[in-house]
Amino acid sequence: MKTTAKVAGYELRDVLRSRWLIGYSLFFLIVTDALFRFGGGGEKALLSLINVVLFLIPLVAIVFSTVYLYAAREFIELLLTQPIRRRQVFGGLYLGLALPLSLGFVAAVVIPFIVHDGIATARAGTFAALLITGIALTFIFTALAFLIVARTEDRLKGLGIAVGLWLFLAVLYDGLVLLLISIMADHPLERPLLALMLANPMDLARVGLLLQFDVAALLGYTGALMQKFFGRSMGVAVTSVAMASWILLPLLAGMRAFQKKDF
Amino acid sequence: MIDARDVSKSFGKLRVLDRLSLSIKPARITGLVGPNAAGKTTLAKIILGLTSPDAGTIEIAGTPVGPDESYRSRIGYMPQLARFPDNLSARELFSMLTDLRAPARDLDEELIERFSFEGALDKPIRVLSGGTRQKVNAVIAFLFAPDLLILDEPTAGLDPVSSGILKDKVLAEKSFGKTFLLTSHIMSELDELADDVAFINEGKVAFMGAVTELKKMTRQSSLERAIAEMMKRGAAA
Repeated sequence: MKTTAKVAGYELRDVLRSRWLIGYSLFFLIVTDALFRFGGGGEKALLSLINVVLFLIPLVAIVFSTVYLYAAREFIELLLTQPIRRRQVFGGLYLGLALPLSLGFVAAVVIPFIVHDGIATARAGTFAALLITGIALTFIFTALAFLIVARTEDRLKGLGIAVGLWLFLAVLYDGLVLLLISIMADHPLERPLLALMLANPMDLARVGLLLQFDVAALLGYTGALMQKFFGRSMGVAVTSVAMASWILLPLLAGMRAFQKKDF
Repeated sequence: MIDARDVSKSFGKLRVLDRLSLSIKPARITGLVGPNAAGKTTLAKIILGLTSPDAGTIEIAGTPVGPDESYRSRIGYMPQLARFPDNLSARELFSMLTDLRAPARDLDEELIERFSFEGALDKPIRVLSGGTRQKVNAVIAFLFAPDLLILDEPTAGLDPVSSGILKDKVLAEKSFGKTFLLTSHIMSELDELADDVAFINEGKVAFMGAVTELKKMTRQSSLERAIAEMMKRGAAA
């Protein structure tokens, strides 16, 4: 555990100095600030921020991590030739990427929130939910990047899979779900649709957040189903557990692949 | 120091190592030579635990190479291609590795002094030249005073002065009883440094023994010609 923390610590120092991470944080800072300035009250600004969080965080987490890991290939080999376990190297690398990415996001959202006195105009619960969802998405898509890199030798192919996966989950998935609904209009679709929503971490994050914000108009079909099926608080619990499994499953699969990998 | 028994490794259909057995003596410098794609790097990676063999065993001074990582505390490795995190400085890298290894012995910082790094150790590694990075790479291999050093093309990219410093260091450490496994495509360099040669061809050891013996056997005066002779015979057989 100590060794894992050491690996993570040094990598964190490296990542925090990366221009890409600084650019990412600045972008979030400017967007959040603009939303508070022009978007009216805090609650509205947070609601607008949801879409940025939902699309941008997964994209940056998966692309940044994939590129970083491929570039760090020789450095990872150097770490693996040290008298430490592969599991420790893997854990350290993962935390060393997921933590600074989360930190960059949290800092860039919290600072404008405080500056614009968001505490007075928005509920603390919804703000916390937004932060937690952003962090969870960072951890999920960083874990997916580890899985992709551990299983794909070719850098370009790996990066292609990463971007493709994001495109699929962010854009294509909803289209396919809509297609399914229109084709199967005569059948009861509640349960399969709920399952489909749980199977996409970005959908899951959106529904979880909108349940938290309690804006029925924005919930959409799956969100409304979720509310009907589980009720609001139970719905939040179910989405939380599903999000946690979305971190753990790719991470464990990635760790297995990493431990067996020939470098 | 290194005892490999019947080590086999295939990548897909390609059989890289084919029941390779090899014994490397302590306190000697062994040059690992062979044609391209003969399995030299794969062997080095298996010794380091980067790659796992399909069959066979390797022992380092009696400790098997396997899931227990402690044997690696006795090994220093200098990879062919040195790339480090862009935004860390060399000095941060040294302290990171020292932190991770928690070495029982004193650090061997001789190379840091001998290579004239000047301010380079505190700059981000990304701005260092290829040669300077290779020097950092060499420092890391020797830093923890390991018993066994695996050097992959150690002088590639180094200027003649630095290359001389590194070779002197290798010879000095050998005289203190350190074991070296060295790959190089510069045969004159191996001629200068190596006591033994392990000639690997098509995943097997074609010759293992003293450099003088190989020269006698092939009736050549330089290692370069002796190896060329071995390759020709290999192709003829």
